[in-house]
Amino acid sequence: MKISKARISDFLFYNGTGLFALVVVALVFAIGVVLWIQSRSTIDSFGLNFWRTEIWDPVAENFGAFPFIWGTLYSSFLALLISAPISLGVAIFTSELCPYWLERPVVFLTELLAAIPSIVYGLWGIFVLVPAVRALQVSLPDSIRALELFKGPPVGLNMFCAALILAIMMIPFTSSVAREVLKAVPLAQRETAFALAATRWEVTKVALHYSRVGIIGAIMLGLGRALGETMAVTMVIGNNPKASWSLFAPQYTMAAVIANEFTEAGTDLHISALIEIGLVLFIVTLIVNAASRLLIWKMTYSRKTSSVPKQEALETA
Amino acid sequence: MVVRRVRRHITSVIMTVLCVVSVVITLIPLALILTFVVLKGIAALNLDFFTQIPKPVGEMGGGMANGIVGTLILCGLGALLAIPVGVMAGIYVAQSSGSRRANLVRFAADTLNGIPSIVVGIFVYAIAVSPFKQFTALAGGIALGVMMIPIITRTTEELIRLVPSTMLEGALALGATQGRAMFTVVLPAALPGIVTGIVLALARIAGETAPLLFTAFNNRFWSTSLTQPISSLTVQVYTYATGPYEDWHRQAWAGALVLIALVLICSILARLATRRLERMNAGL
Repeated sequence: MKISKARISDFLFYNGTGLFALVVVALVFAIGVVLWIQSRSTIDSFGLNFWRTEIWDPVAENFGAFPFIWGTLYSSFLALLISAPISLGVAIFTSELCPYWLERPVVFLTELLAAIPSIVYGLWGIFVLVPAVRALQVSLPDSIRALELFKGPPVGLNMFCAALILAIMMIPFTSSVAREVLKAVPLAQRETAFALAATRWEVTKVALHYSRVGIIGAIMLGLGRALGETMAVTMVIGNNPKASWSLFAPQYTMAAVIANEFTEAGTDLHISALIEIGLVLFIVTLIVNAASRLLIWKMTYSRKTSSVPKQEALETA
Repeated sequence: MVVRRVRRHITSVIMTVLCVVSVVITLIPLALILTFVVLKGIAALNLDFFTQIPKPVGEMGGGMANGIVGTLILCGLGALLAIPVGVMAGIYVAQSSGSRRANLVRFAADTLNGIPSIVVGIFVYAIAVSPFKQFTALAGGIALGVMMIPIITRTTEELIRLVPSTMLEGALALGATQGRAMFTVVLPAALPGIVTGIVLALARIAGETAPLLFTAFNNRFWSTSLTQPISSLTVQVYTYATGPYEDWHRQAWAGALVLIALVLICSILARLATRRLERMNAGL
């Protein structure tokens, strides 16, 4: 059988573009594999103890990464606590409450927050936020500063400062996805609630309930950003490898230790230890991101194929 | 009954107020950051900043001319790598939209987008720096390229899907092959939007610091060589901001202002361009 030129051309087109698409998929795998291979020597010599011990001594080649994973999780959790309600408020305001003319400017301004480079956040953090946090710390009465939660030297470079910066940086991500998810709620849901004489807030609650899966996804997306944020946190957290509950204690994160020590690492084992931290950061953010994407997609894409009435599908299309 | 209704309405008002408050809370840091960067930056900015390279440690003055050029070179390298891969991958996803493979690529792009930039830095260090025992501008460009790829992939896909399918069908009906229809009919129609997306991606990537720390490293001297360490605006701002000298801090603010101006101008231009596009489409 003769194969036409057009068939060959189509074949080349699909597989040619497909090849580039494959590069995108392969990159994700390549990053994981390369990091794993490069961190073999610490994985082999320390095993799981690497994540349990608190000693970080590059000179003696003794590495325990617990303070870093603690700092990353604690700072992200605190930031989430601050940013989640605020982001939700912004999302609700722009999608449900605000007059039409106000929507675009508010969305634009919150998106600007996402466009500011992380290094600028860090610079602002060092010279504006840190002194402010220090002042707050000093102004607290001694009885409070003696508490375990607020102990620490009055320098301002601490966990609280890092959490604040992270929270500011997370808000635009969480709020814009939450807003999208809320916008995808069919109008019929709201109209029904209004028809039942619900107040504005009660209608919003209906929309929130309908989109709860996507909202959780939006919050997790923000969390993924916070876990991997490097520069701004490195500049304000104080870089002290000591895990503590205290908000006002200088601490350290996984991304920060990589940024600070990678170029100065003298031994192969030290580099390997830092790459292992990077590997775990990669895996954790991968899981958080994948989960959040799946949740968001479930909300905004797959509803067309679900069993919702046809009219609803039309309205969201 | 009445009490309950009043209570419900009061709750509604309180929640509305809380939402407004959260918007205000969000905008306060934005205003503070912009004010500080603009005020401190303008006070620090001078002609030297754009024309001089850094002075030796301890001497006053100097500028970041090499950093500005370095950032441009690094972004150019990144774009050179990311535009072909991103646009082609985006075309693939848009073409086979809905298929399992397309979903996988889209998912991979989103995942890649969420990988911390510092991790991308380590990856590029492992493949492009440590084998050659040399920090290079090329490695920095690769790192930025890897970060740009997912953004361009998603933008291209979304914009191609915005082009009316009748255009593709018309071209196919005239006997064009799939590839010809895509590259001569659909892609040109989506091109202005794709260019806008690329500009936005560049603006975002120009502000990245973490992936450059151990790929492009930094360079106090004038260098445009691709096989040497190269300076960048962001790494220079980082060095100066965390350094001990007052004059360094001054220049860090100036660098921040230039960075922010770059990012803001790009995003505002892109926004205006997309708005015009939307209007044109609506007019059709």
